[in-house]
Amino acid sequence: MSQTVINVQNLGKKYLIGHESKERYTAMRDVIVQNIKGVGKSVKRLFSEHGPGITGSEIEEFWALKDVSFEIKQGDAVGIIGRNGAGKSTLLKILSRITVPTKGHIEIVGRMASLLEVGTGFHPELTGRENIFLNGAIMGMSSAEVKRKFDEIVEFSGVEKFLDTPVKRFSSGMYVRLAFAVAAHLESEILVVDEVLAVGDAEFQKKCLGKMDDVAQKEGRTVLFVSHNMQAMSSLCNKGILLNKGNIQDQGAISTCIENYYKDSKVFDLNAHSALGDRLNRTTGKVRFDRVEICKPDSTDSIWSFTNEQPVEFKFDCIAFDESDGLTFYVAIKSQISDIIITNFKSVVTKQTVKKGQAVSFNLCLPEGSIRPGQYNLYFAIGDLALKEWHDVIDENVSLPSLIVTSTKIDNHENSGFCTLPFQLNVNEVE
Amino acid sequence: MEKKAHRLIIEPGRVEKNYWLDLWIFKDLFYILSWRDIKVRYKQTVIGTLWAILRPFLTMIVFTVVFGRVAGLKTEGNAPYALMVLAGLLPWQFFSTAFSSASDSLVTNANLLSKVYFPRLIVPASAVITSLIDFLISFVILIGMMIYYQYVPEWKILLIPVFTLLAFIQSFAFGLYLSALNVKYRDFRYVVPFIVQIGIYISPVGFSSSVIPEKWKVYYYLNPIVSVIDGFRWCIIGNGAANPFNQYFLLSMVITFTMLMYAIYKFRKMEKTFADLI
Repeated sequence: MSQTVINVQNLGKKYLIGHESKERYTAMRDVIVQNIKGVGKSVKRLFSEHGPGITGSEIEEFWALKDVSFEIKQGDAVGIIGRNGAGKSTLLKILSRITVPTKGHIEIVGRMASLLEVGTGFHPELTGRENIFLNGAIMGMSSAEVKRKFDEIVEFSGVEKFLDTPVKRFSSGMYVRLAFAVAAHLESEILVVDEVLAVGDAEFQKKCLGKMDDVAQKEGRTVLFVSHNMQAMSSLCNKGILLNKGNIQDQGAISTCIENYYKDSKVFDLNAHSALGDRLNRTTGKVRFDRVEICKPDSTDSIWSFTNEQPVEFKFDCIAFDESDGLTFYVAIKSQISDIIITNFKSVVTKQTVKKGQAVSFNLCLPEGSIRPGQYNLYFAIGDLALKEWHDVIDENVSLPSLIVTSTKIDNHENSGFCTLPFQLNVNEVE
Repeated sequence: MEKKAHRLIIEPGRVEKNYWLDLWIFKDLFYILSWRDIKVRYKQTVIGTLWAILRPFLTMIVFTVVFGRVAGLKTEGNAPYALMVLAGLLPWQFFSTAFSSASDSLVTNANLLSKVYFPRLIVPASAVITSLIDFLISFVILIGMMIYYQYVPEWKILLIPVFTLLAFIQSFAFGLYLSALNVKYRDFRYVVPFIVQIGIYISPVGFSSSVIPEKWKVYYYLNPIVSVIDGFRWCIIGNGAANPFNQYFLLSMVITFTMLMYAIYKFRKMEKTFADLI
């Protein structure tokens, strides 16, 4: 069962990028000389190996991937994570044979299908029905295969009514649904999927993720998946590869990769965030947030990524710039993939009048397991006792980083959904 | 899985052994891409496919007037001048549209090239197939003209598929090579229409090959499409038309097939860099 299906050794991909030289032309003579040189260079380049596609007087080598080695076993669901420009897409392009590597060796066992873009080759003038066949053929399905799965594809997409309408008249949501439906029905032993799920409405995204999950877990196919949606990553994948500037920074369990990904991130240094500091001076609220810290209770370094086995704790410092009639704290935690507000509560900080210049500090603790794995936007606000007057709000608009909760366990019952309700089970009888 | 494990090795500079097998696996894509182009070509037009007939028809009239009446060139055998022009125009239009759309095909399908793998050869090939369909449609004019002039063709007309195949190979060979060059050097976008424009005057479209002086013929037949057009005339006009299988026919075939081999070789070599360059 655990046969190696993808074996990548010392993979490297070099691109050449051009720069304009830094010198500034001062005299007419220099300009002419430079231009003549430029013409000479472009003529020379015409006959060189890389052609005229690269412009600029200096050509630099750029390694999009360097010394990348990994192995993927059959049935693994591997999440490839990394910042923009880390080389994720280049890696997928090489694996799907769109471009060739500069160095290294790859061995792939089994038929591979890749989905680097939703709706590749869709033609706006053609109808939905026609595009299903076109897209299927481009992805490597035979017409017979498409015909066999046609009804399934149409049902999954949910656009039956518009099958004979040119897709240029489709809403963008419908377009994406149809496109994903075709791709989802590809038959292959290995499936490679680039960031394609960041589209469509929440309901359809769920459906897509469900389909991906089926592919990975029920059908036991090998899946390579690139996404910035960490919730999807942690629920779909069991293994992870963390890329950083073309190198593998970490590989292993997906949860450690995600944690390393965020640990490495500079974003969590909230106190260095000027946007927050600016806000403090900009707003006119009577009481304003001065400092927000997010910390694990047992350590001092702040971290944004938590596993659902630890409580999430925030520490707030506020300063009163004017007298306030009591103080109430308001919190909303919003899911990033669906914009659903999962928790929304207010608590009284103090009923007494807060005097000018007074500092108020309090902690907020979300118990372990209460927030399900995912990526959330935070929204904190303070106002007077009755919340008639809002003093200050901080959220993603002032670059408040988002909260990431990951899971170390692969358990769909514990990982799906948004939060755990504190319900009680009253057992009446057990026989 | 009962299927034999499919093993793929990716290495820089590796020549893919199963390229021709892949071409077979993706065989449906040939006609799906051409079908797409045909479907799309005449969308939102009023007269639709009629354009495929109207364009050569109008060109025929113009050429007949200019070359036949104004210049007073002689026709081949005893065929009406218009019929002689049409017999040359049909293969020429096929060649020129196939050649120019094949040359452009990779660049216009850039989004496919950078997102999916399939043997790239399919793209220019299906551009030629698309033009072939238009060519077949335009045969309606030929039939119409033959009825109008009450011109009865000889058995030679049955050889048209042979010359059509030659025109197909020629336009594919040249289109294939230029499509690859076009990816790297977009200059060819401007070169191709120019070649086509010149081509109509150096090929026997508006005139018959018999008007070319003997001493120029060696150079004249370096243009491989000349033999194919001669062939079409011979098939359609029949009695009195010059035999295309003259001493230059072999030259034309050598040029055609050398070009085909060279184009495939060059294309395969450049193919790997398409996604990075396009």
